[in-house]
Amino acid sequence: MERNMGGWAIAVHGGAGVDPNLPQQRQEEAKQLLTRCLNLGIDALRSNLSAVDVVELVVRELETDPVFNSGRGSALTAKGTVEMESSIMDGLGRRCGAVSGLTTVKNPVSLARLVMERSPHSYLAFAGAEDFARQQGVEVVDNEYFITEENVGMLKLAKEANTIMFDYRIPEAGGLETCSAVVESPILMNGLPISVYAPETVGCVVVDSQGRCAAATSTGGLMNKMSGRIGDSPLIGAGTYACNLCGVSCTGEGEAIIRGTLAREVAAVMEYKELGLQEAVNFVIRERLDEGKAGLIAVSNKGEVAWGFNTTGMFRGCATEDGFMEVGIWD
Amino acid sequence: MGWAIALHGGAGDIAPEIPPERRQPREAALRHCLQIGVDALKAQKSPLDVVELVVRELENNPHFNAGKGSVLTTEGTVEMEACIMDGKTKKCGAVSGLTTVVNAISLARVVMEKTPHIYLAFDGAEKFAREQGLETVDPSHFITPANIERLKQFKEANRVQIDYAQPVEKDVKKEIPTGDGDSQIGTVGCVAVDNDGNLAAATSTGGFVNKMVGRIGDTPIIGAGTYANNLCAVSATGRGEAVMRGTVARDVAALMEFKGLSLKDAAACVVEERVPRDNVGLVAVSAKGEVTMPFNTTGMYRASATEDGYAEFGIWPSVENWVL
Repeated sequence: MERNMGGWAIAVHGGAGVDPNLPQQRQEEAKQLLTRCLNLGIDALRSNLSAVDVVELVVRELETDPVFNSGRGSALTAKGTVEMESSIMDGLGRRCGAVSGLTTVKNPVSLARLVMERSPHSYLAFAGAEDFARQQGVEVVDNEYFITEENVGMLKLAKEANTIMFDYRIPEAGGLETCSAVVESPILMNGLPISVYAPETVGCVVVDSQGRCAAATSTGGLMNKMSGRIGDSPLIGAGTYACNLCGVSCTGEGEAIIRGTLAREVAAVMEYKELGLQEAVNFVIRERLDEGKAGLIAVSNKGEVAWGFNTTGMFRGCATEDGFMEVGIWD
Repeated sequence: MGWAIALHGGAGDIAPEIPPERRQPREAALRHCLQIGVDALKAQKSPLDVVELVVRELENNPHFNAGKGSVLTTEGTVEMEACIMDGKTKKCGAVSGLTTVVNAISLARVVMEKTPHIYLAFDGAEKFAREQGLETVDPSHFITPANIERLKQFKEANRVQIDYAQPVEKDVKKEIPTGDGDSQIGTVGCVAVDNDGNLAAATSTGGFVNKMVGRIGDTPIIGAGTYANNLCAVSATGRGEAVMRGTVARDVAALMEFKGLSLKDAAACVVEERVPRDNVGLVAVSAKGEVTMPFNTTGMYRASATEDGYAEFGIWPSVENWVL
């Protein structure tokens, strides 16, 4: 196997679309988690773990920590429960696995990996996925485990703001005034004021020293979503994609990401238009989102790392073998 | 230019010895559905309306793997999924895990038009269907004797139990030809374009025979089994896992857009070079009114018509001209 002349590279994200009024303490908390996850990934890469192993273990860490919207700390459905989804893709052979509608599985990304490796299928959901989890003996807990007080509060605000309107492009002046928390943040994403939006899907992309790329994404989905709603995170080609050229994980307005087949798009312009990684990322963010708001992280088989977003901020971090490391939120 | 429509009833290992009593009802159904679609296009219905009504008709026909006549899960139940996409706006709707909704494709359309979401599944989707007043029936409505038999044969032939502790080869051709020459994979779909170049695609399926409960295939995944934009509309069929990994429907459009390939060349490239043999078929139309229906399986039930009066039908590589 050819050695990746560019060295390994890793990027993580904790969601695109950040409340500009996010308290400093929250910002610090988020950056610390991203740093910790990057370091976990870096240690794993230095121990020669494969890209797909690294993305899984990093996303597990992000799921376990309640800071972002995945695993514990997931956004709540309209019923006040948690329904999680995730997908993972190994650029080698473009193998993939995805899960949706999980309510008791502690680490959705690991179940997605098992679907990829231990089932004849690529995507399992709801009761069937939960059954498979038990067959496989993965760790399961009560749904309450995933629910945080903070998110219970957010759900209430979301219901009060009641802004999952059909045409969310036009903010409704009347609806927002009743909610004191949102008056200062008129930014809307997916129809919700950014302070309650809970965009913080998590993801990780890695290229290892063999030049193999992998990507994984995990989320609790949209705050106040209808039970049964599936977003972009478990959809191969939308929220997650990896091939021999690159690995991509997206976050933001799910519907915009799906319609734009965003993750696949980065790889497609690299392959069919022969764009470099950063060019491809810029092209996709600029041209493929129309009015949608999203961000993504990507790595190439040459050891490059890139990110892009058209939202107000994206929680992210990246590192490359030559010692470069950066964690950020804003532009 | 001019309108065009193409539809399929599934790609797979359709044996040449298929007996007439299996072949004829499907041929007749495709002719009927094609006629409906053509009449609708002539009546200036939007491509979105056209693909929905054609797929509804295919779902209602028990001879195809969608709606009534869907293949069965490993537990002998039916779980249906569908997806619709409007090329002009790139709006889309998808549903999975339906057990009582008579027309999955119509629910997908309602998700697209009446919710801020794109994709609803399982209990949530069923509940939404009832709230919206869509027609629902007892799950037994969708189960046909042919599919009970098909599941039985599949389980018998598949004597090696899937051992979940061992890695499973997904690319291995798992189709087991049954005595009546029927394929066990397949889906229905329709793509259409009107005189103004507006495009739409719709796909619907019961999935893969003996599938695990909760398994989702390529059909409801935008970019895999279904896609439409301002260049083309695509509906794919075949082995879901391969179509998903190959992002088949999106790739046809991407090749046209980024490499300037024609519809025919783009579709051929995807089917011949980007997905392993015996795994995929698709129907596609372009904004210019062109049609292509390539497949790399033994056969694909398909039919198409264009405004210049040409119409064709095929199962294997050869085609028959139809007069509508």
